[in-house]
Amino acid sequence: MSQARTTSPARRDPPVLVAALIGIAIAYLALVLVLPLATVFAEALRRGLEPFVEGVTHADSLAAIRLTLLVAAIAVPLNAIFGIAAAWAVTKFEFWGKSALVTLIDLPFSISPVISGLVYVLLYGAHGWFGPTLDALGIKVIFTVTGIVLATILVTLPFVARELIPLMQEQGSDEEAAAATLGAGAWRTFFFVTLPNIKWALMYGVLLCTARAMGEFGAVAVVSGHIRGKTATMPLHVEILYNEYNFVAAFAIASLLALFALITLAVKTFLEAQFADELAAQRTR
Amino acid sequence: MPGFWPALGFTLVYLSFFVLLPLAALALRPWEAGLDHVWGVISHPRTIAALKLSFGAAFAAACINAVFGTIVAWVLVRYDFPGRRLLDAFVDFPFALPTAVAGISLAAIYAPNGAIGALFAPLDISIAYTPLGVMVALVFVGFPFIVRSIQPVLEDIQVEVEEAAATLGATRLRTILTVIAPAILPALLAGFSLAFARAVGEYGSVIFIAGNLPNVSEIAPLLIVIRLEEFDYAGAAAVGLIMLTISLVLLLVLNILQTQIGRRGRA
Repeated sequence: MSQARTTSPARRDPPVLVAALIGIAIAYLALVLVLPLATVFAEALRRGLEPFVEGVTHADSLAAIRLTLLVAAIAVPLNAIFGIAAAWAVTKFEFWGKSALVTLIDLPFSISPVISGLVYVLLYGAHGWFGPTLDALGIKVIFTVTGIVLATILVTLPFVARELIPLMQEQGSDEEAAAATLGAGAWRTFFFVTLPNIKWALMYGVLLCTARAMGEFGAVAVVSGHIRGKTATMPLHVEILYNEYNFVAAFAIASLLALFALITLAVKTFLEAQFADELAAQRTR
Repeated sequence: MPGFWPALGFTLVYLSFFVLLPLAALALRPWEAGLDHVWGVISHPRTIAALKLSFGAAFAAACINAVFGTIVAWVLVRYDFPGRRLLDAFVDFPFALPTAVAGISLAAIYAPNGAIGALFAPLDISIAYTPLGVMVALVFVGFPFIVRSIQPVLEDIQVEVEEAAATLGATRLRTILTVIAPAILPALLAGFSLAFARAVGEYGSVIFIAGNLPNVSEIAPLLIVIRLEEFDYAGAAAVGLIMLTISLVLLLVLNILQTQIGRRGRA
């Protein structure tokens, strides 16, 4: 990359043009990305630190934080296991309908979050296909944590799978075949051969999946019912507070989420660096 | 190699439960209330206005990002300046920031008394609570897709190609137009599709800044939520189904266009 930037005479643009383009790029990034980020913190701290702390430590806010962590703690491991299983099936074997399967795995990214919530209401809502039956059994899905978890799983389903599939495709299955020849069982092969090879990509997918699971709004808004302290995740709690004109508290919770987004970016950048080294090592091996 | 049936079996069961069954409900439930009801919902002026706004604003936002995203990608790949790596990492910020947070922040910035809204207020231009506000939110949401699609392609263009063009007497502008532009065009289209698809269905960042006035600044996903709140499941599903169908068809068209251009570029 640095080699590309060393100036071959053929690539030397007029300094005025270079300065202008860098200026435009920085101005655009400042306007579109930096200003919204700065505004979140500025609005949260507008009345000083005390109302900010009050907003964050209110019982309903703490309940929202707990719920968000709970939902992520259920949805992310499930999607990670799914991602590993799907990548294993797709990259280690040939079978009919494989490309259709890969397309299906990616499909949730093309679906509006609101539709991802809507479909569960159509299935399990009061007038849903299975709603009345489940209701008779005393099981409620919509307007409960269960519904929030289902919607979150659908929205974040592709994240781990789509990181693992290209990597495992490139790695092939020679090492696993060698392990099997030497007598290692399936689980042993997976934990001692495959897992070390995919660990960075797996962590990368889990990171993106977690960030989206904690921040999801549209899908969760449809199935949650917005019950304060019960079914309001952090993003939904932000909406409730905002609609009550409690802006300082809304931005206080929002600033926690923004802080988490910044940490996500930092870890992501770190993983990308690790990941690049590992990929390079695999190519030369 | 062990584990084929367990892995594939789990994958299929998981996908059936979380993707196929839900999508089947979306595809089948609109018809329960009869064809007339579906047509009534879809052809309703309010639905058409919402669809036009969602698709139109998503298209406009993707166009703006196509221009500035290309410039940002170019600057990040080709020029060295202090803070470049930080900016590069920061491009993904809209992916990481929850949409509701972006929504209330943008509403605060572009409201008539906000940092940027106040600049436009004397000119009698409102951004927040108008279709323009919808577009602003969609620009934020779609930005990283374009940059991240173009960047790797720009990095892969060999110096020799541009040197050859220069040696053969091409001006820098001609090299950019005839060598570099065709090389990045398929990637630009791919990024455009991703940004567009994401923006069409976007909800969280839009509803706070849109004002949500029926027929004016009400997006299609919001209309789904409203129909659901009226317990009109068939109506909500009909709007969802038509939205998903249009976006999948448009994505298919963009995909075909992208392969066509890619093929011509190589020939």
